[in-house]
Amino acid sequence: MQTRRDLLKRSAIVAGLLAGTGLFPQYALAYNKGAFEAKSVADVLKALGAGAPTESKEVTISGPDIAENGAVVPLTASTTIAGVKQMLILVEKNPAALVARYDVTDSVEANFATRSKMGQSSDVYAVAITADGKAFFAKKEVKVTLGGCGG
Amino acid sequence: MADPMRIRAQVSGDKATVRVLMSHEMESGQRKDAAGNTVPAWFIQEVTASLNGKVVLSADWGPAVSKNPFLQFTVKGAKAGDKLAVTWKDTKGETRTDEATVS
Repeated sequence: MQTRRDLLKRSAIVAGLLAGTGLFPQYALAYNKGAFEAKSVADVLKALGAGAPTESKEVTISGPDIAENGAVVPLTASTTIAGVKQMLILVEKNPAALVARYDVTDSVEANFATRSKMGQSSDVYAVAITADGKAFFAKKEVKVTLGGCGG
Repeated sequence: MADPMRIRAQVSGDKATVRVLMSHEMESGQRKDAAGNTVPAWFIQEVTASLNGKVVLSADWGPAVSKNPFLQFTVKGAKAGDKLAVTWKDTKGETRTDEATVS
């Protein structure tokens, strides 16, 4: 016989799985754990329900060529593509590739800067995902002299 | 958690550039302390910013965002005197909101 506790646990797991597939509308989407635990750029995009990304000149990722301190690497992601719904910043060789995800509303420009930890020299990606699930990216190599993940 | 966020919002034309500096450990969960135990992950997961009460930005962060996180974005349609509020929520469920006036 199913206890109430089991039922609650089970529905929480199912809700978590559903949220991970991106079926829920963006604003109702609770924190997407699957995307933040994905190890590769392709897995992150799959977890967010976006298609395979294509490189685009309309997306830019800027950051230093050489980061002296891997614990604090300033990165800026921006795009001029219209109809962008989300922007992502990813560090390919980090233990978890996705650094940050920004929802783009009509009130903000698709241009976000933050500082991120980088464990080692790696490619850094800015990805723009449009309303129809297409993903466009730009990448840049950032060399790190001192790793930022405490290693 | 201890210090308030530092928020600077400056108008230029009809847009405002907003810079926020938050005070938070942002433990990635990858570090080991002196005894060799892994320091548990503790980091800001959700950030929202509202202009005069209307949400203009929402973001999800992972453990890779640096300690004392910095965020910069540009809001359209902001005027001097508008109220900009920034809220974060972390993995422990703690949350903090700070407000600034666009200048």
